Amino acid sequence: MAQGAVTMTSTELSSILSGPGQSSAPGWFKELQAKAWEEFEAEPLPTRSNELWRFSSVKNLGLDGYVAAPEFSGDPFSLTRPREFPQPSGRIIFANDSLVTAELLDPALESAGVIFTTLADALKKHPDRLREHFMAQSVRLGSAKFASLHKSLVQAGIFIWIPRGVEIHNPFEVFHLVQGDWTTVFPHTLIIAEDNSRVTILEHFVSANPEERGLACGVNDLVLNPGSKLSYISIQEWSRNFVSVQMNSTLAKKDSAALNLALNFGGKYSRLESVSRMVESGARSDMLAISVARDEQEFDQRTLQDHQKPDTTSDLLYKNALHDQSRTIFSGLIKVEPGAHRTDAYQKVRNLLLSDDAEANSMPGLEILADDVRCTHGATSGQVEPEELFYLKSRGINDLAAKRLIARGFLNEVVDRLPQERLSEYLHQQIEARL
Amino acid sequence: MSSIVIQELRVSIADKEIIRGLSLEFSTGEVHAVMGPNGSGKSTLAKVMAGHPDYQVTGGDILMDGVSILEMEPDERSRRGLFMAFQYPMEIPGVSNANFLRAALQARLPEGEELDAVEFYQRLYQKMDLLEIRREFTARAVNEGFSGGEKKRNEILQLAMLEPVFAVLDETDSGLDIDALKVVAKGVNTIRGPEIGILLITHYQRLLNYIIPDFVHVMSEGRIVRSGGKELALELESKGYDWLKAVKPETVGAN
Repeated sequence: MAQGAVTMTSTELSSILSGPGQSSAPGWFKELQAKAWEEFEAEPLPTRSNELWRFSSVKNLGLDGYVAAPEFSGDPFSLTRPREFPQPSGRIIFANDSLVTAELLDPALESAGVIFTTLADALKKHPDRLREHFMAQSVRLGSAKFASLHKSLVQAGIFIWIPRGVEIHNPFEVFHLVQGDWTTVFPHTLIIAEDNSRVTILEHFVSANPEERGLACGVNDLVLNPGSKLSYISIQEWSRNFVSVQMNSTLAKKDSAALNLALNFGGKYSRLESVSRMVESGARSDMLAISVARDEQEFDQRTLQDHQKPDTTSDLLYKNALHDQSRTIFSGLIKVEPGAHRTDAYQKVRNLLLSDDAEANSMPGLEILADDVRCTHGATSGQVEPEELFYLKSRGINDLAAKRLIARGFLNEVVDRLPQERLSEYLHQQIEARL
Repeated sequence: MSSIVIQELRVSIADKEIIRGLSLEFSTGEVHAVMGPNGSGKSTLAKVMAGHPDYQVTGGDILMDGVSILEMEPDERSRRGLFMAFQYPMEIPGVSNANFLRAALQARLPEGEELDAVEFYQRLYQKMDLLEIRREFTARAVNEGFSGGEKKRNEILQLAMLEPVFAVLDETDSGLDIDALKVVAKGVNTIRGPEIGILLITHYQRLLNYIIPDFVHVMSEGRIVRSGGKELALELESKGYDWLKAVKPETVGAN
């Protein structure tokens, strides 16, 4: 830390370990944050001996050095513009956890009663809804300490509420931008879809600089009321020196259909916990993820498909393309609770090893306490098929381009599960640009 | 005029010699048929020409316009103008037929030059119409879920799009019903001309009713044992491959 400029900045910014600072949030929320801070301090950091952190490079999870986000300098739009989805229903941009812009771009949605706003605004205008839903879903996959950290320090977040019967076809788009060495951000997303409503959210996580260190500790809660359809897509492009812990929870009620798709490209160590709870009959959750791991990147994914009631469905497909010395970890549990008869639950993890030095760990799991259920799970790891490679090369495509084409095809299969054609086309382009 | 010269070629796979001193020449403007019973080494010949990594060339050479191609990677052979239609075309999950063909054509352009998308689709649709391939096949993953006949037509589509100097068709007729065979033959006959040399590898004479070869070679136990005009195929059809066994010593002596 000998460089003057860096040292100056660091001393001015407070360490995240000094706890919640000044905030204009209402009293009940500050109390919640103060309590969460105590819980954070009481919890130990994860260790590998904990089953929920098995294989994880927990050494990346030290919290010393990180600072509260400084002011974002530079042009946020130079980062958002090349990534924008054409014609979203609304767009919110945060830079270093500060709001840049929040616009509802489709005026018809406002008159329909749709709420698309920031967490800070929602705390003022919709406190009852937040009291009911803010981090109401329990964290079960190991990151309780990080959930408490998030809860106590969250500033930047979005709150989306879709009234009964409102169907929104163009996605809402959210950007979280980060800049500055050792910067910390706490992105928060809370979406409530009322009965028979329909909405899609596309969220981007972007570092301005590919080298700067940082920590993202994010929470994403989706609540699907009966008959609703909610799709949530994230594109993670943190810097290659970033540590990210992302905790996603989906609560699916009667005959609702949730879809999660995570596109993971960035970060040094990225932990992604995703829980889907099917709490009423007819509920469905599709859990999809694509991870492209390079260099010494590590993607650590933990999932739970929790079937609490009969006639529910979950379908998980995670694909990892591993280059260089990268690592992936997948640990997923399908849990069919007593009485959740006629559950359909699928879990498939596929690893494409594009290097001899890459390492993929898969730990699928089943816990079935009901009758008449259909569950399949499987994890496969393999290299590029030599005959496929020969076929492509015999058409003039060189080794590198052929492997890239095969990897792209491998990943495209996940995106092709999206029912929205315009969105999958957009995502194909985004993947293409990052391979 | 371009030519391929195969000289005294010897090829092994896993230490088993499959091709045992095979010599063959063909030039642009010509269609040659290589016929032979199962196990005679026909498909090995096609694969070794395309550069399949499992086969070891233990002797002889393959020259394209006087230059040995044996040290070249399969993609380089392709870009130099050699094409092989596979007997069993591979499925490439998640890669659309159109993107596959674009990548193959893009590989032929100098660095920095982009394939013209409009022109590409115009040409593609024209060739697809010729081969009676429905438009939806452009968006489908390469050969995935294709019937046997669709896979073979897709091979000929690639041949038509890539416009090679030499094409080796490895048992393109196998598994085809008569209607599919006619479509494939029509495609090949359209491509046929002074700019291309074609080597048809086939077990049956049937294909040669639709694609009339200029020369016919009979292969047995890793060698060409007899060469002649198109009438040789008919003779073989009526007499069967057993007839070769009788004539073999004489032809080998003449080799």
